[in-house]
Amino acid sequence: MISAKEKRLQQPGKLVSLSSEILWEETLHGSSTWSHVLKRGTALRITAEADNANVGALFMNADNSSERLNLPDTLKAQHIARLTTGAVLYSDMGRILCSITDDMLGWHDPLGGCSDAALVAEKFGLLDYQEARNGWHQNALDGFVIELAKYGLDRRDLTMNVNFFSKVEVDKDGSMHFVEKHSKAGDAVELRAEMNTLVILNTCQHPMNPDREYRQIPVRLAAKRVQAPGADDVCRKFRPENERGFTLTERYFL
Amino acid sequence: MPEAVLVTSPRVPEQAIFSEDVRAGDSFVYEIKRGQFVRIVDLEGNQAVDTLFYNAHDYSDRYSAQDTIRGQQNIYLTTGTKLISSARNVLLTIVADTCGRHDTLGGACATESNMVRYAIEKRFMHACRQSFLKGAMEWSDKTGREFGKKDLTANINFFMNVPVTPAGKLTFEDGVSDAGKYVELRAEMDTLIVISNCPQLNNPCNAYNPTPVRVLIWDVASSI
Repeated sequence: MISAKEKRLQQPGKLVSLSSEILWEETLHGSSTWSHVLKRGTALRITAEADNANVGALFMNADNSSERLNLPDTLKAQHIARLTTGAVLYSDMGRILCSITDDMLGWHDPLGGCSDAALVAEKFGLLDYQEARNGWHQNALDGFVIELAKYGLDRRDLTMNVNFFSKVEVDKDGSMHFVEKHSKAGDAVELRAEMNTLVILNTCQHPMNPDREYRQIPVRLAAKRVQAPGADDVCRKFRPENERGFTLTERYFL
Repeated sequence: MPEAVLVTSPRVPEQAIFSEDVRAGDSFVYEIKRGQFVRIVDLEGNQAVDTLFYNAHDYSDRYSAQDTIRGQQNIYLTTGTKLISSARNVLLTIVADTCGRHDTLGGACATESNMVRYAIEKRFMHACRQSFLKGAMEWSDKTGREFGKKDLTANINFFMNVPVTPAGKLTFEDGVSDAGKYVELRAEMDTLIVISNCPQLNNPCNAYNPTPVRVLIWDVASSI
């Protein structure tokens, strides 16, 4: 596949907007883990390659890992229990790690958490690498902890995670319900980094998904160079709280 | 909100082995043993008690909000709730609750989040994460164990009312607690408790009036 950058080089006369310059693309396989320091001024577009995808995600300040995604702060600052266009992901320091600038789904889950070895064994049975090679049964918690270790981090650095492409509804009595068939192939969400953000993704199935079939659902990742959020940015304008969140984030880089 | 099921405890304060009042704006750090019971009493009503729990033998194994709510498929904590750790252990079980509902999604207030939520000029105001950090650092000094900011994760807000709507909105409502209401937990493991008695003056989580709470502990032998 020819990247936008390569296309531009092939067509020197054609102006390509810097706001959507694709830096590279890759596929993240199902039930696997990925990480990258997403630089301020770039964005990550995640596109489901099949139905019922799930992408667990952790975020932290790559320049100071004690500053991490704080989902309670994220939810209460914006009065939300779901994530979609306009919402931002707050660190514990009142700053914005990433913004959700585009979303085709309207709901990504901040509540359900991640699967672990016992849950996966109970649901799908044990299947090890020796037997199944890349089809072995993996879980999100182990994937997160191993990936954290690559950056000198450990279980103490684990926080609540987001589950992109999944939806968990909460009834009036507080009961939680996983909504099946929420996402379709081609659905996409885009995250703009407002800080240099270590992003860790894991594509294991959502821990509340009642599907008893172990599935490996891939997603497509595209890293892009994007323009800085302007005064009328959809995330900045989403809530008055976000105006202050952007101000505090911008001050961090002054 | 559906009618809450209120459960009282058979334990009486006279038989408690420990009792201490925690003033608003203070932290409280204490280790309890497996089988002991700990009660937190909202002495004057509508107070928010921000609380974290840890496996006393491994602080990297600590209370996990997501695992706890997923485990019971409900976001509100009350009698019967098992508090699940990040390593999927049961740290404590709520055995009595005369309030009926406790929050674990609202997190703890911080000077930084206050700037976002209210005004940048609010930075000077006292906040739970100041107390959590102070309590954690003092405990680390006292015990020689590593314990600090990295260990501060999503907490429980006892007595706080943070409803989520089916449309995915999260709201802060007036407390459902009242003077004398309490929540009581049985430790299923040796557990470190870290409390910040919330000093927040900017929202109704404590009716704009932070007040003291009481921590009572009963030993296994004195339990009924």
